[in-house]
Amino acid sequence: MSTPNTQIGDKTPNKKFNMNNMVQSLGILPVLILLCVGFSILAPNFATESNLMNIVRQSSINMVLAAGMTFIIITGGIDLSVGSILGSTAVIAMVTSLDPAFSSFAVPAALMAGLLMGVLNGVMVAYVGLPPFIATLGSYTALRGAAYLLADGTTVINSNISFEWIGNAYLGPIPWLVVIGFSVIAVCWFILRKTTLGMHVYAVGGNAHAARLTGIKVGMVLTFVYAITGLLSGLAGVMSASRLYSANGNLGVGYELDAIAAVVLGGTSLSGGTGRITGTLIGALIIASMNNGMTLMGVSYFWQLVIKGGVIIFAVVLDKYRSSKHATA
Amino acid sequence: MSDKKPILEMKNIAKRFGQFYALKDVSLTVYPGEVHSLMGENGAGKSTLMKILAGAYTATAGEIFIDDKPYTINGPKDALNAGITLIYQEINLAPNLTVAENIFLGSEISRHGLVNRQKMEEETQVVLDRLAARFKASAQVASLSIAEQQQVEIARALHRNSRVLVMDEPTAALSSRETDRLFDLIKKLRSEGMAIIYISHRMAEIYELSDRVSVLRDGQYIGSLMRSELSASELVRMMVGRPLNDLFNKDRDIPKGKMVLECQDLTDGNKVLSASLQVRAGEIIGLSGLVGSGRSELAQMIFGAEKRLSGSIRLNGNPLQINNPRDAIASGIGFLTENRKEQGLFLEMTVHDNIVMATIERDGKFGVLNEQRNRAISDTSIKALNIRVPHSQVAVGGLSGGNQQKCLISRWAAIHPKLLILDEPTRGVDVGAKSEIYRMMTDMARKGVAILMISSELPEIVGMSDRVYVMRAGSIVGELDNEAITQENIMELATGATHHMAGAEVA
Repeated sequence: MSTPNTQIGDKTPNKKFNMNNMVQSLGILPVLILLCVGFSILAPNFATESNLMNIVRQSSINMVLAAGMTFIIITGGIDLSVGSILGSTAVIAMVTSLDPAFSSFAVPAALMAGLLMGVLNGVMVAYVGLPPFIATLGSYTALRGAAYLLADGTTVINSNISFEWIGNAYLGPIPWLVVIGFSVIAVCWFILRKTTLGMHVYAVGGNAHAARLTGIKVGMVLTFVYAITGLLSGLAGVMSASRLYSANGNLGVGYELDAIAAVVLGGTSLSGGTGRITGTLIGALIIASMNNGMTLMGVSYFWQLVIKGGVIIFAVVLDKYRSSKHATA
Repeated sequence: MSDKKPILEMKNIAKRFGQFYALKDVSLTVYPGEVHSLMGENGAGKSTLMKILAGAYTATAGEIFIDDKPYTINGPKDALNAGITLIYQEINLAPNLTVAENIFLGSEISRHGLVNRQKMEEETQVVLDRLAARFKASAQVASLSIAEQQQVEIARALHRNSRVLVMDEPTAALSSRETDRLFDLIKKLRSEGMAIIYISHRMAEIYELSDRVSVLRDGQYIGSLMRSELSASELVRMMVGRPLNDLFNKDRDIPKGKMVLECQDLTDGNKVLSASLQVRAGEIIGLSGLVGSGRSELAQMIFGAEKRLSGSIRLNGNPLQINNPRDAIASGIGFLTENRKEQGLFLEMTVHDNIVMATIERDGKFGVLNEQRNRAISDTSIKALNIRVPHSQVAVGGLSGGNQQKCLISRWAAIHPKLLILDEPTRGVDVGAKSEIYRMMTDMARKGVAILMISSELPEIVGMSDRVYVMRAGSIVGELDNEAITQENIMELATGATHHMAGAEVA
């Protein structure tokens, strides 16, 4: 994404510049590679084909959530409600699937519900003017309650769902979950890098005031990023429900943190204006690799949490250090 | 003004920021019991000099003497200990605390860590009574008016037993009655022996208060006038007198086309009281006036960034109904904002992205970026304006002010505007970039664009404008063209000097 244009003809394309830029664009990938190499040595069976596919599959739901979250964090916002939306929409999918009249609408219903919840978040942030943290804290809480209510406090089970292929079947050798995860990343990458809407997202995140003065509809852009996250959370809800053949009000608790972690690990700054979807992809893979590798190594779950937290802090500090070397005056 | 000894002397002060000298060789002598006014254009160095006095900056060279003894000011504490208090234009109080708490901030009366509010309020009340303040020491600062908050700042200075009070444009936010009360206060303090350094552009105030007036220009001390010698024309000459450079190509010989912009009686009910102006295709119209006169607000109204209360705007003969910048851009109006970092640039984004940001939607296909077209626009702009970057993918935040400004001008040129409003187009821009920007403006005018240029730099206004409108305190008070476009005429209109000379009341 940064090929020097020699047409413009200023003198010497800086050699040092090229190296720096390469390091910048590699981003967090070296960390992922390092982790995988490390785990291959420390844990038996880590580097097998089936385990690696496992890792990617395990990362797919988080990948979908984190993709939406990337948009939001680029605009300088945050969404704490993605886990709650996932839970509610998973329950909606299951409940709908049990209803003979509407069972084939389970997936669209869940997606629509997610989209609506996202739009609600967006309206609160963009038009009511609530700080994103507060707005999504409210929906995080309320929608969690909604999930329990929709499930009537039970676990909704259906072993005969029309969309079971999403969570369990394969497209050739690749699980559909993985295909969906990567497709979402690809679509989001396209939107962010190749469309005017994507440029507007970066602009709003970088300088909302200047964005408005450039004719950008800031309110619409903000609503969009929360709406698409809601939609993607709905998709993640469908993916979860499909894999588990069930859903209950407790589903998705804590998922927002892994989503945010993936985005931040990927190099997107919480202050907004910069960030890449490819970084999020690698961030999600790092988290899944750590979970997987440490489990294979027999590390206790509690220690895993401590170590995961440590890695996140370390990766962000590293990133800050690297970007401060290219600090603008 | 008798043979008193000076309370403060600043000698040969110089201040450098990087390569740029904000102050070159400035000396100032201040006596107790006097109001010493400091005048000069925007950028002359008045605020810099006062910040050095207040310890906010350290001088690069020069000496300061307090009561004839050399004194080093390395920080605000040194200034406070010397009895110097600077009251900034922006109020420096904690709005959530009370008057007493603010006055004692940093030096609270306490025993064993417990604050004695009652005592603080008693002592504060003593000072407030001295000022005949109409609010209590226990009042919350947020509930006070700007004028009253100013009084709190003055009270704080008195409480610290300040002997030198510096006030920077204190009447900018005051009503005329509040201004009168402030002047009474200043005169009272003067009679008590306080030395007051008063910075203002308003000729009427200078006349009313000053015992002595010093003028700075381009970071240099020009001279001082005693009260008996005061003359508006002399002051203006001192503030402004410099040769016109030939950066500008005034005799462009561009035929003036149709009327593009016609504004009648515009007001936003706040900063702009009454503005009517006209710009034709091919014209470069200068809009001059002091900081705070409402120029930027007027421009923002035309661009739809601020709400219009009443008045009409016609673009190419048709009434303009715009509610937001998006509509303005769609109608063919571009607006280069005054503050490029806060309101114009996307600092983390590339030069390319910054240049094309206003045109990506127009050139996009079904929402997808037209990368070829965008690239062409940014490459052409970089060449046309000589933007010094190896290529367009560099982040704009690291560029010099001049290059950043060129990116922004390219952004607006790319929309092919009918009307281009430029607010301080060469502020913070080096000479080389300036001439390139002027060249671009001339090229655009030649292509029929109507250009409205707001500037505080008089040589620029005089050098570039076909006609000049001057604003003062929210209204357009004059229009100058041809030979009448001189720095002196502009300054007189901007400060109200001529009105004063005629003995009339000034706003």
